[in-house]
Amino acid sequence: MNEAFFDKKEYKPLDRVDGRLKVTGAAKYSAEYALPNMAYGVLVGSRIAKGTIKSIDSKAAERAPGVLAVISHLNVIKIPGYAARGVHPSEPPTGGQPLRVFYDNKVYSNDQPIAIVVATSLEKAQYGASLVKVQYDQQEHQTDFEANAKNAVIAAAAKKNPKSPTADYDRGQTDAFETAPFRIEAEYVLPTEMHNPMELQAITAHWEADDRLTIYDKVQGTKTTQKTFAKEWDVPEQNVKVIATFVGGAFGNGLHSWPHESAAIIAAKQVKRPVKVVLTREQMFTMVGYRPRTWQKIQMGAAKDGKLVAINHHSIGQTSTYEEFTETTLMQTRMMYASPNVSTRYRLLPLNVATPIWMRGPGEATGAFALESAMDEMAHAIGMDPIEFRLANYTETDPDKNMPWSTKYMRECYEEGKKRIGWENRKLKPGSVRDGEWLVGYGMGTGTFGANRGPATVKAELDLEGNLVMHCAITDIGPGTATAMVQVASNTTGIAPEKITFHLGSSEFPNAGLQGGSSTVNSVGPAVQAACNALKEQLITMAAAKSGPDFGAAKPDDIMFEKGEIQLSGKSSAKLKLSDLFKQNNIQKIEATQESKPSENGKKYSMNAFSMHFAMVHVHPFTGQVRVKKIVCCADAGTIVSPKTAESQMIGGATGGIGMALTEDAVMDHRFGRYVTKDFGDYHVPVHADVPDIDVYFVNKPDLLADPVGSKGLGEIAIIGVAPAIANAVFNATGKRVRHLPITPDKLLGL
Amino acid sequence: MDKYKSDIKPEKEDHHESRRDFLKTSSILTAIAVAPATVAKAAEYNLGEKISAAFETTPVNLTVNGVKKQLAVEPRSTLLDVLREQLDLTGTKKGCDYGQCGACTVHVNGQRVLSCLSLAVMQEGKQVTTIEGLAKGDELHPMQKAFIKHDGFQCGYCTPGQIMSGIACINEGHADSKEDIKEFMSGNICRCGAYPNIVKAIQEVKNGGQRS
Ligand code: FES
Ligand code: FES
Repeated sequence: MNEAFFDKKEYKPLDRVDGRLKVTGAAKYSAEYALPNMAYGVLVGSRIAKGTIKSIDSKAAERAPGVLAVISHLNVIKIPGYAARGVHPSEPPTGGQPLRVFYDNKVYSNDQPIAIVVATSLEKAQYGASLVKVQYDQQEHQTDFEANAKNAVIAAAAKKNPKSPTADYDRGQTDAFETAPFRIEAEYVLPTEMHNPMELQAITAHWEADDRLTIYDKVQGTKTTQKTFAKEWDVPEQNVKVIATFVGGAFGNGLHSWPHESAAIIAAKQVKRPVKVVLTREQMFTMVGYRPRTWQKIQMGAAKDGKLVAINHHSIGQTSTYEEFTETTLMQTRMMYASPNVSTRYRLLPLNVATPIWMRGPGEATGAFALESAMDEMAHAIGMDPIEFRLANYTETDPDKNMPWSTKYMRECYEEGKKRIGWENRKLKPGSVRDGEWLVGYGMGTGTFGANRGPATVKAELDLEGNLVMHCAITDIGPGTATAMVQVASNTTGIAPEKITFHLGSSEFPNAGLQGGSSTVNSVGPAVQAACNALKEQLITMAAAKSGPDFGAAKPDDIMFEKGEIQLSGKSSAKLKLSDLFKQNNIQKIEATQESKPSENGKKYSMNAFSMHFAMVHVHPFTGQVRVKKIVCCADAGTIVSPKTAESQMIGGATGGIGMALTEDAVMDHRFGRYVTKDFGDYHVPVHADVPDIDVYFVNKPDLLADPVGSKGLGEIAIIGVAPAIANAVFNATGKRVRHLPITPDKLLGL
Repeated sequence: MDKYKSDIKPEKEDHHESRRDFLKTSSILTAIAVAPATVAKAAEYNLGEKISAAFETTPVNLTVNGVKKQLAVEPRSTLLDVLREQLDLTGTKKGCDYGQCGACTVHVNGQRVLSCLSLAVMQEGKQVTTIEGLAKGDELHPMQKAFIKHDGFQCGYCTPGQIMSGIACINEGHADSKEDIKEFMSGNICRCGAYPNIVKAIQEVKNGGQRS
């Protein structure tokens, strides 16, 4: 265990290392590679939600100027990987059959891509696509969640494995709720929400040879994408190159490979030119996943002293008919509070819609809305302060896994958050604080997410000028991965950040998993450390051979670099110029590639990051308008490697939570099974005017059981618990409990 | 809005009329060009593309980041697509193409304009400034520096639009208070949620005086 990382230095917040590229427009995203002879693809989507395609009339499109091809199931070339897949192979992490674009005439959801028009310019492709005429044999579709909720089923994964997080779970007595002194029972609904990153999903596909593919693709994992398309085309993995140097936000929708990617690759193969496909904003609602609509019911029982007696938590999440998408909506309920009796039931509702995909905080954020709202409801029922109520049920061990936490510093978060939001101004009785004509309310919500870590490999090279260059296949969808890794490397080596470069976002680089599930810093960070330490060992060996015993006994932790010199700690006389050492050994640079993997600690400890969000809101009693006036976000996320970018990440999560609480709602017209919200005019994400000052507090204590960097992950907990904090604040302001998000003014009328 | 309208000169409308005939003609030409016998040859020389390009474009002269450009654009091409696809100035971003997100904000004759809602042919004789034109050599514009200092971004995709809008916001006199800035920047969406830091950056530039 290397404690040195955290102790060694005062952190000087680093400016984002790619900031200059981003503010000058030089950062290149997937649609911004100009390849010679490039063509443009525009997708044609189905106009029905279920049925088959009877005919496609593409004659007019093919005749239109500049159109190179119209490709559909009628004329698509053979895709070797399509046939290889069974009818329903269970491909982790989701079961079912990922949609094979242009595979046959079947339509599973409205706006499913059914043809692609390829032309010499974007405008020509768009015009061509408008000319494609399709006839269908329509079948009756089911897209209405409420009308079909009774058809919800247990997940296939849970049927196979009773230990699956989606399996039915009972702890203690299943009927304990019935006899609890205080009981609440409530239903909560989270509507479908869209990731809607600002960058439209885009891919530029280029077959450099018959069996060699390069894609510039908006993805969260270059290696996973490489595997997917190598399999789809039955070519060796190394023949598929995936470039995602810059990703303009994703929030989860780059965790799956989507039909438009396959379509672009097929098109590039068929027209024998590089093909670029950029989705329209409307297609961002129908082709690249979403946070699934979820119904939840909570029964909660407690005693007069505030001790929880029982929690029963049921949920139904929406999925498609061709792929089983699950998330761990109910995990927080099992482990957050010391309730002796807990039952959870997770069900899925397949509808004629496209497949959902994890959206920031995924299921935990959904589950936390219900759980943390219910906690607030119970505190109110007992007449307790919601923080006191939570503290009464604080757990020092994980009651689900029956293991100690690796670290848990939530008490600090309660204390600090209370202070910063001004909790003392909160009144127990709702509706009793006013500011002018506005009703004022305070609320809070907690969140947790597993400190997940996967294997990662980093290659590091050090030259005689003292420049450190690293490579890793990980992506950066915005949190500032390169910045954090430069910081880790600088702390490990003592090399100034300006002399360190971290290259990411290419499948050509050493292996890393997805940027998702808050696992980047704690997976890649340790690999950076390991690679840096391996470089140090090489230097020690070199130095010992040349300069006597001082360096001979040194360990990597004993040496640091400063101003091009290797320095033995505690011995200011023991230093060596890096350039001299390299010259003596007749080398230009040294390099090391190191892999870092999760330890066995996960078997002995429950490892989680925790967050706590506080909101102060104003509600207008006549119009029902809600203004979030202040948010305080507290995070127990282990070591904060890069304070500046970490703070931005928290602010971003809180902003997403404001949208979740107040505005975001993908509304479907069930007559057509199609969203009527299809752009930023209808689907409201928070804008400048919606977002108040957001105050961020980090406990910033390392969790060295979780990983050698001590980080527990931040991306998810930044949003988990925000929406209930706001909903609870609205209740405190008005006495009105809104259990069906978003909290739009109509739901607050008549105060 | 009125000002915007007055930019459309009558002769342009005439041009739109003749444009319709052009379209018909060129599709016939293309139809001939793609007849089987000629396909191979046309593809070999990219003839089809070249012919149709010549018939379907309209000349337009504009100055982009101080450089005079004589362009041939399709009348239906937006300024955004011409910047990104034709001039390879990809710093200007497409976030919606519907005028709802601000990612495509550029300055036209010094005013902020949504380039996705502006046809390129309508920019005849105008000065267009994009994010690529802000820095003077290596010296960043104060707004660019302030964005780095205050971490006014995460993924960076909305950033060029925010910066172009932020500069205009100050020039318009809409940056006197935090509330004002938030109101007049609300057309620029940041899904990463960098808003508070963007506001700080704009405030700093406003208070420090900005070079325009
Ligand atoms: S791309 Fe122009 S406003 Fe969104
Ligand atoms: S920085 Fe990602 S959208 Fe603004």
